[in-house]
Amino acid sequence: MEWVLRDDRPIYLQLIEHIKLRIVSGAYPVGSKLPAVRDLAAEAAVNPNTMQKALSELERNGLVHSQRTAGRYITEDKTMIDQIKEDLAKEQLRAFFKSMEAIGFTKEETMRLVQKAAEEDKQ
Amino acid sequence: MTPILQCAALSKAYSSKYALSAIDLAVNRGRIVGLLGPNGSGKTTLIKIASGLLTPSGGSILIDGKAPGAETKSLVSYLPERTYLCDWMRVNDILDMFEDFYPDFGKAKSHEMLQRLGIGQTDRLKSMSKGTKEKVQLILVMSRSASLYLLDEPIGGVDPAARDYILRTIIGNYSENATVLISTHLISDVESTIDDVIFIQNGSIKLTSSVDDIREKHQKSVDELFREVFVC
Repeated sequence: MEWVLRDDRPIYLQLIEHIKLRIVSGAYPVGSKLPAVRDLAAEAAVNPNTMQKALSELERNGLVHSQRTAGRYITEDKTMIDQIKEDLAKEQLRAFFKSMEAIGFTKEETMRLVQKAAEEDKQ
Repeated sequence: MTPILQCAALSKAYSSKYALSAIDLAVNRGRIVGLLGPNGSGKTTLIKIASGLLTPSGGSILIDGKAPGAETKSLVSYLPERTYLCDWMRVNDILDMFEDFYPDFGKAKSHEMLQRLGIGQTDRLKSMSKGTKEKVQLILVMSRSASLYLLDEPIGGVDPAARDYILRTIIGNYSENATVLISTHLISDVESTIDDVIFIQNGSIKLTSSVDDIREKHQKSVDELFREVFVC
């Protein structure tokens, strides 16, 4: 998963989203150890302070916890991760409905189209 | 902790023209700071004063609480906009010279970076392209473990791939106690590398902010804001 950063929003927020995505997708497994701040920062080509800020925020949300000197670990709380997964999906759906609305489809029409597209995809 | 770099009403005049007019500025430790401004805004003058090459016409500047002088030169690693190294020197001669001059020079670190950028240790500066010379110069500067790095246009002359490597080197060298001040026009290239920005125009500080604050407040990148603020 590449670190893609856009221009219009704070970098640390985008880092948070990206790490969340890595957690829910299993790229960072439940309970596993996160790479060091410095390494993550180098990988994403961002400033270590910014990465630190993103990780502190994730820590505050409880998604990540630090073990004194041993580094940071992903939470073992599976329900929490599932919750975030659902939130992320909801966000995508909201954005999708909004773009469909801009094209001129109501939610109901959109739903029908989605169903149709899914059936066609199966064949 | 005192800021690593502190200016109060700092001015510099070249005869009747003010390159810096009464600027107040504090740069904290452990930050990577972009010094951004159009041509002739005073970026190089500020950096030269901080490195002790120019004397201010008025006001004060303190590096780690001390006026620029022999003592602060051991704290400051300065990359000038133009090279001062002699053309006939080989890379390993220059490394030896730096090792003699600066107790904080890390030779092993410089070897590693030279190798990574494919620069031979016995190459003469004379035989190098402009960009390669700049790379050598930057490697020398970043191989010191200084408290304040003053980089005047460090990425202007190098290709985009080397630019990325250089910025990664700056990030990789990051330490909590060291501050890196980078002057550049190539804002979009450094944007995700820097913590804070200083906008300077006609010798005055126009804005100081963190990158994330700019994005949060204006919903645009520093690069876009710069184009807006300094519209021609």
